[in-house]
Amino acid sequence: MSEILSESFLPKINLQEGTNWAIDFVKKTILPIFPDFPVQSGSVLVMLACAGIFVAVVPLLPLVLVLAERKVAARFQNRTGPMRVGPWGTLQTLADGIKLIFKEDYIPPQGDKLLFLLAPYVIFACSFAVFAAIPFSQKIIVSDFNIGIFYIMAISSVIVMGVIMAGWSSNSKWSLLGSLRSAAQIVSYEIPLGLSILTVVMLVQSLSMSEIVGSQDGGIFTWLIFRSPFTFIAFFIFFISSIAEVNRTPFDLPEAESEIVAGFHTEYSGMRFALFFIAEYANMFAVSAIGVTLFLGGYEGILPGYDFLGGLPGFVIKSLGLVFVMMWLRWTLPRLRVDQLMNLCWKYFIPISFFNILGTGVWGLIFRNDDVWSIGISCAIIYVGLIGAYTVAGRNLARKPEPQPSSV
Amino acid sequence: MESTQQTESKIIELKPFTDEMIVNMGPQHPSTHGVLRLELRLDGEVVREAIPHIGYLHRCFEKHSENLSYPQIIPFTDRMDYVAAMNQNWGFCLAVEKLLEADEKKDFEVPERAEYLRILICELNRIASHLLSFGTYGMDIGAFTPFLYAFRDRERLLLLFEKICGARLTYNYIRIGGVSEIIPMEPGSVDEQNYLDEVKEFLDYFEPKIDEYNDLLTANSIFSERTMGVAVMSEEMAISYGATGPNLRGSGVDWDLRRDEPYSIYDRFDFDVPVAKNIPELGAVVGDCWSRYKIRMDEMKESVKIVRQILAEGLPDGPVMAEMKAVRPPKGEIYFRSEAPRGELGFYIVSDGTPKPVRVKGRSPCFSALSALQELSRGLMVADIIAIIGSIDIVMGEVDR
Amino acid sequence: MNPEEIYKTLIDRFGNTVLGFDTELAGDPNIQIAPAAIANVCQYLAETDSLAFNSLMCLSGVDMGTKDEEFSVVYHLHSLRHRHSVVLKTTIPKTDAHLPTVSHIWKTADWHERETYDLYGIFFEGHTDLRRILLPDDWEGYPLRKDYMEPDFYRGMRVPY
Repeated sequence: MSEILSESFLPKINLQEGTNWAIDFVKKTILPIFPDFPVQSGSVLVMLACAGIFVAVVPLLPLVLVLAERKVAARFQNRTGPMRVGPWGTLQTLADGIKLIFKEDYIPPQGDKLLFLLAPYVIFACSFAVFAAIPFSQKIIVSDFNIGIFYIMAISSVIVMGVIMAGWSSNSKWSLLGSLRSAAQIVSYEIPLGLSILTVVMLVQSLSMSEIVGSQDGGIFTWLIFRSPFTFIAFFIFFISSIAEVNRTPFDLPEAESEIVAGFHTEYSGMRFALFFIAEYANMFAVSAIGVTLFLGGYEGILPGYDFLGGLPGFVIKSLGLVFVMMWLRWTLPRLRVDQLMNLCWKYFIPISFFNILGTGVWGLIFRNDDVWSIGISCAIIYVGLIGAYTVAGRNLARKPEPQPSSV
Repeated sequence: MESTQQTESKIIELKPFTDEMIVNMGPQHPSTHGVLRLELRLDGEVVREAIPHIGYLHRCFEKHSENLSYPQIIPFTDRMDYVAAMNQNWGFCLAVEKLLEADEKKDFEVPERAEYLRILICELNRIASHLLSFGTYGMDIGAFTPFLYAFRDRERLLLLFEKICGARLTYNYIRIGGVSEIIPMEPGSVDEQNYLDEVKEFLDYFEPKIDEYNDLLTANSIFSERTMGVAVMSEEMAISYGATGPNLRGSGVDWDLRRDEPYSIYDRFDFDVPVAKNIPELGAVVGDCWSRYKIRMDEMKESVKIVRQILAEGLPDGPVMAEMKAVRPPKGEIYFRSEAPRGELGFYIVSDGTPKPVRVKGRSPCFSALSALQELSRGLMVADIIAIIGSIDIVMGEVDR
Repeated sequence: MNPEEIYKTLIDRFGNTVLGFDTELAGDPNIQIAPAAIANVCQYLAETDSLAFNSLMCLSGVDMGTKDEEFSVVYHLHSLRHRHSVVLKTTIPKTDAHLPTVSHIWKTADWHERETYDLYGIFFEGHTDLRRILLPDDWEGYPLRKDYMEPDFYRGMRVPY
C-alpha cells in the first residue's frame, strides 16, 4: 500500500532516504510514539498536513502586504494611510476582505460564463503553486524538486492564460485590451527572465532550488549576485522583468487605470476581484522570494556560520526588502507606453541576457571553481562597473531640464 | 455582385490592418477629466480616429444668463472652470466693467485696492489651477504620488481663498466694480497683515516645491519618454484651432494677454512669459505634450513672482468696491478676453440697456483647444490620447458650459 | 490697423457687400457684412498679408428679441502678427438661417459653428460635420432662440423641474 502511494503521489526524487524531511519527521518524532506508523504513507500525511498549513498561512501574506503597500504609499505621499480599523489601521485589509465577500458577485450576461468563473481560480492557483518550490529555510520547503526553478517558470507562465481568460470572457473592450497587453507583456518578459535565471543555473549547475541556495552558504560574497559580473547584471534584468511579470508600475499597462480603466479585471467584483488582488500580492512576494533564492543567498546569512539575515526570518526580510523596492518604484515612477515596454524588452533586455549567458559560459570556463580569486575579481569588476555607471548617470542627470529662459 | 465580393476579399488580403475596434472612452473614465466621451476607432493599440463628444456637463450657462441680472451671473461663471473660478469671475466682471466704462454719462472706475486684491487672488488661483493640472497629468501618465503632492499644496491655497471669501471652490468673490467684502479686511488692519503674512508664508514654502516637482516628474525619463515629441501641435495649427494660453505658448507663440494687452494693472508688474523652445539634447519639441506641461510649471513661478511684488508693495488704502447704484450697462456689445489659467477666456456680452443682458457668450479656452484633439491624436496610441488630454488641460465644466 | 481702416480696405475690396460700420453703440465697433459674402471677406482678412487675421477668437450667434426677425452672427477676429482685431457682424433672416461656413479658414470655427447651429439653428453651408455638439442629437428646437419653448418631456423624462 505504502509503495503504491509513494509511487503514485510523491515525486520519486524526494523519497530518497535521508533527504526527505517528511520521512525524517515521521521516523524521529512519530515512530517513537506510534511504532506501527507506516513510514511512507505517514510521510504523505505529514506532507499534506504541512501543505494545509502552508495553504492556510500563505494567503495571510497578501493581507499583510496590501496593508504594507497602503502604509508605504501613505508615507510616500505625506499621508497616514488607513488608521480607523484596528490599531493604526492594521485590520483594514481584513475589513476590506469581509466587505468584498459580501459584495454582489456580478457576472456579465453577455460574457463567457465558464471562463469568467474559472479565470480568477486559474490565476490564484498558479500564483500559490509557485510557493511549493520556494525554500523558505533549510527545513521549510514543501517539495524540493530537482527541477524546482523550471517548475516555477512553468507554473508562473500559466498565469497569463488566466489573464487572457478573464479579459476575453468579460465581454468588455477595455478588458480585452488589457488582457492582450498583458499577454504580449508577460510572454515577452518571460524571455529575459528565463535567460537571466539560466546564468545562475549555469554557475550552480543545478535546477534544484535548495542546491542553488546551498551553493551560496559562504557569506555575502558567495551570494550568486556577486559571484560573477554577469549574474550581477542578470539580477537586475531578473528583477525588472519580474516587475513586468507581476504587472506593477512602471509596467502596469494591463491594468493601467488611467488608460484602460482596470484592464482584465474591470468586470470582476466581490470575492472574484479579491482573488485577483490576493494573487497579485502573492505573486509579488513569490517573485521577490525567487529573486532572493537565486541571487541573494536565499536563507543563507551574510556571514558564514552565523544566522544574521539567514534562516526563515532572514529570507522573509530579504524578500520583503525586494517587495518594498517594488512598492517604492510603483509610487515614484510613471507608466511606460506599450511600444516603449516592448522596446525595453526586445531591444535591451534580451540582447543583454544573451550576452550574459555567453559571458557566464566564459567565466565558468576561466574559473572552474569559485574561490577567493574568482569572487575577488568579480567584485572588483562590479565595483568598477558601478562607478562607471554612476559617472554616466551623473552626466545624464546634469542635463536635466533647466527652467527655460524667457524670450522677453 | 460577385465582382465586388472579389475586390473586397482582395482588399482584406492586402490590408495590413487588423479589424477595427470602436471603443467608447468615457463619459465615465478615470482620466478624461470629467465627462468627456471619446469615440475611439482602434487598430489594436493604435488610434485611427478619436472623435470627441461633449455636452455631458452642459448647464445652459448662456440661456440662464439671459434671464439674470449681471451680478447674478457671476456665480454661474464660477461653475464654468471650477478649478480656476476666481479667474472666471474676473473675466466676466472685466467685460461688464468695460461696457460700463463705455457709458459716457457715468464715471466708473474700479478702486485700486480692489485691483490689487484681484491680481493677488487670481494669480494664487492660477497656481492652484496649474497645480491641479500638474497633479492630474502625473496621474494620467501613471505616477500617482505627484497628484497628492499637488493637492497638499493646493489645499493650502484653498484655505487662503476660504479666508478671504468664505468659499473653497466657487468663490463669487470678484464682483462688478470691485471685490466682495463678505469677510471684512480693513486697510492696514491686523487682519490684512495676517492674511498677507500667510500668503508670504505659503510662497516661501511653495517656491522650492516647484523645483522638487520638476525633479520628481518633469525630469523623470519615463515621463519625458511618454510626453516628449508626442502630439506635436505646430504654431499654425495652434493658432488656427484657437488654442490659447499655455497651449499656445507651448507651441512656441510668444503671446500673453497679461503682457501684450494688459488689462487691470498688470502693466505695473514685472514678470516673464515662458515660451516653449526646442531642447534637442532632451528630445523636447516645440508643441509636444511636454512643452505644454512645462509651460504650466514655469508659469507657476511667474505667478509667485507677481504675488511677491504685490506683497512687497502692500495693498493700497481705499474702498474695495466702486460706488454705483445698479449694474445697468449702456446699449451696446463687448467682447473682452482675459488670460485665465487655461487660456484666453472671452466673454461676449450684448446689452440693450436693461439690467439683464441680451446675450452672454463664454468663449472658453478649453472648448477650442479640445477641438484640436481629433487631429492631434490620429495615428497615436491609446496611452498617448491620455497624454494629450492631460497636456491640453481641459475642464469639462468650461467646455460644456 | 484700427477697425476704421480695415473697414475702408474692405469697402475698397468688396464694395457694397460691406454694409456699414457701426460705432454708435457702446463697446466694440463692428463692420457689417452681407451674409453671402462673409466667407469671402473672412478669407480675404485671413490671407492678406497686411491684415493677417490668423485667429478667430469667437463666433457667436445673437438673437436680439422675439419681435426681431433677424439673427446676427458675430465674428471676433484677431491677428497675432499685427496685433489688431476687428468685429464682423452679419444678419440673416430667422426664416432662412443659412450662412457660408468659415471653418475652412480657421479650424476653430468648426466647433464654434456647430455650437451656433446647435443653439440657434443657423445652418452653415459647406461645413463638413454640422451636428449638434452640446445638446443630445435628438433634441428638438434651438434653445437660445428667444421664442424657444422648452419641451415638457424628453425621452419620457420631465424637463421643467
